[in-house]
Amino acid sequence: MAFPAISPGIKRPVKVDVLQPVVENSTTLGCRSLGYPRVPHAGFTSAAGRGRVPRRRPGPPRLVPVAYFDAASAEPLHPLARETMLAALADGWADPARLHREGRRAGLLLDQARESVAAELGCRADELSFTASGTQAVHLGVLGAVQARQSASRGPGHLVASAVEHSSVLAAADWLGRRSGMAASTTGVDSLGRAGLDEFAAALQPGRTLLACLQAANSEVGTLQPVAGAAAACAECKVPLFVDAAASAGRLPVTPGWSVLAASAHKWGGPAGVGVLAVRKGVRWRPPGPSDAREGRRVPGFPDVPAVLAAAAALRAAAADRAADDTLRALTSQIRMSVPAIVDDAVVHGDPDRRLPHIVTFSCLYVDGEALVTELDRAGFSVSSGSACASDTREPSHVLAAMGVLTHGNVRVSLPRTATPESVEEFLTVLPPIVARVRDTMRAASS
Amino acid sequence: MPAPLPTVPALTIDALGKKCPIPIIMLADRIRDVAIGQLIAVLADDPAAKTDLPAWCSLKSQEFVRMDELEDGWSFLVRRTY
Repeated sequence: MAFPAISPGIKRPVKVDVLQPVVENSTTLGCRSLGYPRVPHAGFTSAAGRGRVPRRRPGPPRLVPVAYFDAASAEPLHPLARETMLAALADGWADPARLHREGRRAGLLLDQARESVAAELGCRADELSFTASGTQAVHLGVLGAVQARQSASRGPGHLVASAVEHSSVLAAADWLGRRSGMAASTTGVDSLGRAGLDEFAAALQPGRTLLACLQAANSEVGTLQPVAGAAAACAECKVPLFVDAAASAGRLPVTPGWSVLAASAHKWGGPAGVGVLAVRKGVRWRPPGPSDAREGRRVPGFPDVPAVLAAAAALRAAAADRAADDTLRALTSQIRMSVPAIVDDAVVHGDPDRRLPHIVTFSCLYVDGEALVTELDRAGFSVSSGSACASDTREPSHVLAAMGVLTHGNVRVSLPRTATPESVEEFLTVLPPIVARVRDTMRAASS
Repeated sequence: MPAPLPTVPALTIDALGKKCPIPIIMLADRIRDVAIGQLIAVLADDPAAKTDLPAWCSLKSQEFVRMDELEDGWSFLVRRTY
């Protein structure tokens, strides 16, 4: 490992296992991303010090268990994925389209990864392309399907999407509306976040609707969507169906019937920087930007082959790890049932049964979400929030708003594969006093 | 014949410029200041209030009457039911 040259007498930083309690003192660096542990600072004051430069004496150490509960934003990199990526860095760096041995080696690795991912997602290898992100897969998928069908004779057309689609889907539809005059209808959800099939089907206009969009599952509340029913309705109207499978790929089987599919590797424990776009054979689709020969002429530039391999390894591992799903479902059920019992004026959202195993979101009255997330972070729990104050845009989650449920004081807990019952117990122990403390602060501020 | 329900708010809470959950806290604090059956108007300009006022009413079994647009926000009419 390439640590810079260090003078003797200064200790090296100590790596700590992410699930072990970490001693937090005033000299601790906070490494907050993706569950990396807090690394105690070794006090790089001065080489000349050699013990003579007085270090700031830390206060009494406080044991803070570090638990990363935001897997829905990014699942920590699977150990198999890390190993695969490191090994592939030696063999997978060349241009996979070239005919020399380095190129063929990279190309072979890329093809293997493609076959593997295609098999998991239920499509053919030639239907699948790797993108630089899930968001790019969504944008390419939606724009490519719509623009292949818009024409001078048929006009700008129409698109149907559920109101709880990921913001990348709604942004793509909005962009198409502003650029080409395409009309769009968003269809409603019930209070559990499930799209109404009747309303969705009724919104399809045969001959005018160019694409319908329904996610496989919602990443904010975990509710599963009626994709099979939507696919049947779309088939009847001859409208292609775009399915954003980012939240469910690797956790639940992909429901057949989609025409275009998007997914994202870092949601299933692969690395960031790898998305998946799949276009069924026979579905009209045209690359929306300048043409490039890569990835079946769908995606510009050749993909990060080592990262793609890591993504494929992680997907295989995630799909095979059914036991983890059962554990996570039990733990999130425990949170669903406990929160209203231990916290006054708190409500849990989403379908209790037809949901993803690892996500639970709840809102607490009279507190703001950003304060809750900050206090929970101080207590060692990394969670996210759908409250307006916690978002960059200062708008509340459009998903919670579409469901008509409380948006303030919102906390989303999404458990990674490695979550333990002990950490969930600890979370349920620290939550009620934190909510009470933030409520007192809010009350004082509002009077 | 019972008296018709009032249509003019008995109390107006000005929460303009306040971020959620403050408008809701203000309403929760003062709902008992009006008689049962009377109206309270909450003025707010935080977009989250559009979802949170009706959601609070649903959670607390109070009646959400309607939302009116203002020049610089919204007026939410709530009727005290108990």
